[in-house]
Amino acid sequence: MTILRRTALVFGLPSVLFAAWWVFSAGSVDFYRPPLSSILAAFAETWFGSRIRDDVLPSLLRLAAGYSLALVLGIGLGVLIGLSPRLRIAVEPVLEFLRAIPPPVLVPILILFAGIGDLMKVLVVVSGCVWPILLNTVEGVRAIDPVLADTCKAYGIRGADRLRHLVLRSASPQIVTGARQALSVGIILMVISEMFAASSGLGFTVVQFQRGFQIPEMWSGVLLLGLLGVLLSGLFRLVERRVLAWYHGQR
Amino acid sequence: MLDVKHLRKVYSGHGRTVEAIGDLTFHVAAGEFVTVVGPSGCGKTTLLRCIAGLLPATAGEIRVDGRPVSGPPPGLAVVFQEYGRSLFPWLRVADNVALPLRRRKLSTVERRKRVHDALAAVGLHDSLEAFPWQLSGGMQQRVAIARAVAYEPRVLLMDEPFAAVDAQTRADLEDLVRDVWRQLRITMVFVTHDIDEAVYLGQRVVMLSRSPTHVLDELTVDLPDERDQLGTRSDPGFSKLRARVYSQIRAAKAPVDLGKTAS
Ligand SMILES: Nc1ncnc2c1ncn2[C@@H]1O[C@H](COP(=O)(O)OP(=O)(O)OP(=O)(O)O)[C@@H](O)[C@H]1O
Ligand SMILES: [Mg+2]
Repeated sequence: MTILRRTALVFGLPSVLFAAWWVFSAGSVDFYRPPLSSILAAFAETWFGSRIRDDVLPSLLRLAAGYSLALVLGIGLGVLIGLSPRLRIAVEPVLEFLRAIPPPVLVPILILFAGIGDLMKVLVVVSGCVWPILLNTVEGVRAIDPVLADTCKAYGIRGADRLRHLVLRSASPQIVTGARQALSVGIILMVISEMFAASSGLGFTVVQFQRGFQIPEMWSGVLLLGLLGVLLSGLFRLVERRVLAWYHGQR
Repeated sequence: MLDVKHLRKVYSGHGRTVEAIGDLTFHVAAGEFVTVVGPSGCGKTTLLRCIAGLLPATAGEIRVDGRPVSGPPPGLAVVFQEYGRSLFPWLRVADNVALPLRRRKLSTVERRKRVHDALAAVGLHDSLEAFPWQLSGGMQQRVAIARAVAYEPRVLLMDEPFAAVDAQTRADLEDLVRDVWRQLRITMVFVTHDIDEAVYLGQRVVMLSRSPTHVLDELTVDLPDERDQLGTRSDPGFSKLRARVYSQIRAAKAPVDLGKTAS
């Protein structure tokens, strides 16, 4: 596929949808559904100023902190559980129970323990992101090829070498799958945690606009969240392409 | 050096019990090259895995260097039958060969030289940077052999290592393995289903029966240590030896009652 055709395919549908939105909303006088043109005007005004520093950045930092912590926790615990059948049997019911709790209901509980500051919001993100990473890591570690495991044993590849060159790499396709799911969960939870109790952040700002009947501004916030999602998943794909080059090349 | 005494291995589980190895006893002296032949499914891979300490024996004992095997003995290398799956798909060829050397006290230069030499010896000097899955089956098999050679083990176990290469490469690799064995004075246990190969390579051929396996016969290969593909293979002594192995294997493969009349 040529670059040109690829670009056309990638941007085709978004452009069509955007154009349709523009055309169909152009003459709108409905207060709650303003024309796209005024949403875009509000977008530039709202977000290209101090709000980037005061609202967008704090949100992203909390997301990054929570997501990183979830990665460390999920991969670390996942490797431990995946390597030990006994531990797995012991913790599986508890994991299933905890995983089944929708993270948003944890927000009021976490507020009790962690207050309404950054810590609470980071913990909300962690509490949602950790499960897909953890469970996928466990599956990935369990699926290590027995011939490769024997190779390591026979050649005395142990300890940190084994962890780095066998366990983590074998499991990496599954870990990446879990991390991808966790990223979308994380974005949702970032916003939700800011809707409850906050003084800054994207979720907070969108709710403020809605309460203040600043409808085009509210819509522009939604648009920004969507764009951030696209950006983050693009970044994710770049990382994935590097980490899993061997995996995608193989198939 | 390597002692197998009354080895018995029974696989059980998943509603099936297989007595893969019945009662196996043989000895390999230090620095000896022993080839093992036997019909498919007679437990050759099982035997190697037991020797390598990867599989616990059901009964009997294996000693390497006088020490009973309970885990992988140090200084032992294996070329697995599933050579393709024994390479790390996320490591390039050179790194695959280098990985087992990480624990050795070698300088970076020495390590790199060993890796290059081993890969050059199997004819893969221009595939250092490739990933294993970019290579053909035969090339992957050669990487696995190079990895074992670079490791410079004292005991080398090879499980049908030339199954996926063409005749010419096979002949070259046979000579390579013999060269390595002679240079490093390795103790070698080499499993093959190719009778000619067993006789050409080994100082001794151990013939296995079908499951439950025992040693059918052992044959000392009284050919000179200098072997070459044309000369040795056309030697009358060679033909006599291979005929003996052949008749034994045929007897082992035949149904049990026929086997009795034939032997
Ligand atoms: N993991 C296992 N679980 C159960 N049975 C097994 C297992 N591995 C091997 N067997 C059985 O043990 C017997 C010997 O198998 P093994 O792989 O050792 O044979 P082999 O001599 O190496 O055969 P081939 O020449 O085809 O490689 C076979 O009957 C096989 O079905
Ligand atoms: Mg086998």
